[in-house]
Amino acid sequence: MSQQYSQAPDLQASATVQTVSQLTRCIKDLIEPAFSSICVQGEVSNFKQQSSGHLYFSLKDSEAQIQAVMFRSNVRGIERLPRDGDQLIAYGDLSVYPPHGKYQMVVRTVRWSGVGELLLRLHQLKEKLERMGWFEARHKKPLPRFPQRIGVVTSPTGAVIRDICHILKRRYSGFQLILNPVKVQGEGAAQEIAQAIDQFNAYDLADVLIVGRGGGSIEDLWPFNEELVADAIYRSRIPIISAVGHETDTTIADWVADVRAPTPSAAAELVAAETSQVVAWLDQMHRRLQQTLRHQLKQQLQQLASVRRHPLLASPYALLGQRIQRLDDQRTLLDGAMGRCVQRDRMRLQRIQRQLLAIQPAAQLATKKATCLRLQRALDSALLRTIAQRRDRLVSLARHLAGINPTQLLSKGYSILFSQKDGAVIVSSRSLHRDDRLRAKLCDGEVDLIVERSRDAINI
Amino acid sequence: MTQSTFDFEKAFGRLEEILEQMSSAQTPLDRSIALYEEANQLVISCHQKLTAAEQKIETLIKTREGQLALGADQRPLTQDASAALLNG
Repeated sequence: MSQQYSQAPDLQASATVQTVSQLTRCIKDLIEPAFSSICVQGEVSNFKQQSSGHLYFSLKDSEAQIQAVMFRSNVRGIERLPRDGDQLIAYGDLSVYPPHGKYQMVVRTVRWSGVGELLLRLHQLKEKLERMGWFEARHKKPLPRFPQRIGVVTSPTGAVIRDICHILKRRYSGFQLILNPVKVQGEGAAQEIAQAIDQFNAYDLADVLIVGRGGGSIEDLWPFNEELVADAIYRSRIPIISAVGHETDTTIADWVADVRAPTPSAAAELVAAETSQVVAWLDQMHRRLQQTLRHQLKQQLQQLASVRRHPLLASPYALLGQRIQRLDDQRTLLDGAMGRCVQRDRMRLQRIQRQLLAIQPAAQLATKKATCLRLQRALDSALLRTIAQRRDRLVSLARHLAGINPTQLLSKGYSILFSQKDGAVIVSSRSLHRDDRLRAKLCDGEVDLIVERSRDAINI
Repeated sequence: MTQSTFDFEKAFGRLEEILEQMSSAQTPLDRSIALYEEANQLVISCHQKLTAAEQKIETLIKTREGQLALGADQRPLTQDASAALLNG
């Protein structure tokens, strides 16, 4: 220690001696270009506004602090004055102020970063959107009952997407999950989330969307409180379930979404609920139908079994035996009757044959033939006798006839008188008148005569 | 994905109706069997409609600018992510 102290005069001897102003200028030239356009976050303390309008305060954190000044011209650009305890991000340049030998930050603008400020902005946006009617029930789209394409807007690496996948896989067999991977916190997260929602709509990629992230601080959840995201959710044609953080964290996205799920797992349950219920119902219905049919079958089989045990059905002869017997009886009777009929006819035939034999037609025929012959002979002789008798008679008649021939009489002196007028034979004198011309036939010729007078003869 | 909710409602109603008819003591067995056939078909087709989609877990492919990468058919490209998201 004493060694170091003793060396000091040597160092001083070798250094160039400068004035305070020179040193300060040196420091200023070194520092100011190196720390221009800086951005510092810290808590406001010792805040003071001078009558000139300039603001003086310190920015601090747990281990350090820096003085800051904000000139009046820059103060006009900010929303409100900072207060002690505000978390600020200050933009500006570092400057060295030689009169006080101090370095300080000349702040051009500030942005609030504290929780309180975020809550204030959240409240303001919520009021604005509420006025615009974005939270109203009439804008809420119903969730599809049986969604098959489930779109998810979240981080590809977080627990959220894994939880959703596992729930869906357990509850729901036929689903298609499409993840649109986005940043869910930090710079640009809100833009990515809003763009992802728009992309799902533009390409009609899903039946329902889950938009969310896991729990975190209000700063972590902040993208879901941005108007950009609220707007994309509001415009989405696809129904959206929001699932941001834990149940106690409510974001603007939750207010605008069609349905708010307390957690990402709950969102997946909501998506799967109806389908898994219906699938379970169908399974139950199927079992009940089977049971009902089986029950009915069993009942009818029992009925059938009891019917089959009935004596009438136990043996085929029970029902038919009597009829079979009767049929046999009838057949026997029929056979007997037929036999008797045949017997009777056969006997009749035999009797007729015998009668026929007894009649002997050949003998009878011979007798008749003999009779016939005898009769023929008798007839022949009778005929010959008759012919002889007739011939004898004819001869005698011929002789007699010859005796009465008129021409024979003419030769004996008789004549026949004819009228010349009409050739008629004159048999009476009374038919004759004077001068009647007559012809007299004699045996050897004729002679014409004229009546002179007629007289009645009393006798011939 | 247009599933008619009406069809489902009709199918559910018919299933209830069939169960009621089958449970009735007056329904003859052959009628019951025909009803069961019909119900079975309904259950199968409802099941198929509800679980028709092949289970898929996919991630949309995006360009560095955050746009969706499109295929030749101008539809967004995806890659299978089931292994990464279910088993990881």
